[in-house]
Amino acid sequence: MAVCIAVIAKENYPLYIRSTPTENKLKFHYMVHTSLDVVDEKISAMGKALVDQRELYLGLLYPTEDYKMFRKLHNSYTDVMCNPFYNPGDRIQSRAFDNMVTSMMIQVC
Amino acid sequence: MVDTVLFEFLHTEMVAELWAHDPGPGGQKMSLSVLEGMGFRVGQALGERLPREMLAFREELDVLKFLCKDLWVAVFQKQMDSLRTNHQGTYVLQDNSFPLLLPMASGLQYLEEAPKFLAFTCGLLRGALCTLGIESVVTASVAALPVCKFQVVIPKS
Repeated sequence: MAVCIAVIAKENYPLYIRSTPTENKLKFHYMVHTSLDVVDEKISAMGKALVDQRELYLGLLYPTEDYKMFRKLHNSYTDVMCNPFYNPGDRIQSRAFDNMVTSMMIQVC
Repeated sequence: MVDTVLFEFLHTEMVAELWAHDPGPGGQKMSLSVLEGMGFRVGQALGERLPREMLAFREELDVLKFLCKDLWVAVFQKQMDSLRTNHQGTYVLQDNSFPLLLPMASGLQYLEEAPKFLAFTCGLLRGALCTLGIESVVTASVAALPVCKFQVVIPKS
């Protein structure tokens, strides 16, 4: 159900970014940057409010049931983190992660 | 539980191996850094994997509580015994029967050797904090085995 998936590091650079080949890559890269601003806004407005990962995601773009997708993405990211050959901060080159992203993007059409 | 023993043995070997290579004072510092670095990397991964169901970290104190409860239980099968803070970014976590020191002695024997066995765990705490978005400096001290205190200092910015 996704046309573009990106994983951004704490330092605001992309660890992983991929879009479906049919779409304009540049447009999506800009969108990713804009959504980072939205994330920042949400976080600074958080304060004492109860926020959990799912809500953060839903609140950003569209309130859909895509938190399942987010969960899968996060689980795969956690697996990448736990891989001893991965150094945090590197580009993500895991084939398993690629496959998971492919499976999420295929569901569109 | 078999897994705990495996980790304890592995940890003991890690310390022994690093110390055997270069027992001089320069080598000791290096070994402590290496151990802390290893703990840091493991802590980073754990910080990502552990907070599964509990997602709401409203403030720093919640993160520290997570370290004392969930992280400690996952790694050492027990909770931290006490957490104190000065509410200005310094936290003292005390474990009255730290599993990595428990098999060694009970009292003042081996006090000089104890710090080597705490380096990895300091890194562990620092790594988990890092994943959760908090830069910190973690040090440990032992007054009498197996009681040890971990001091977490979070600089205000």
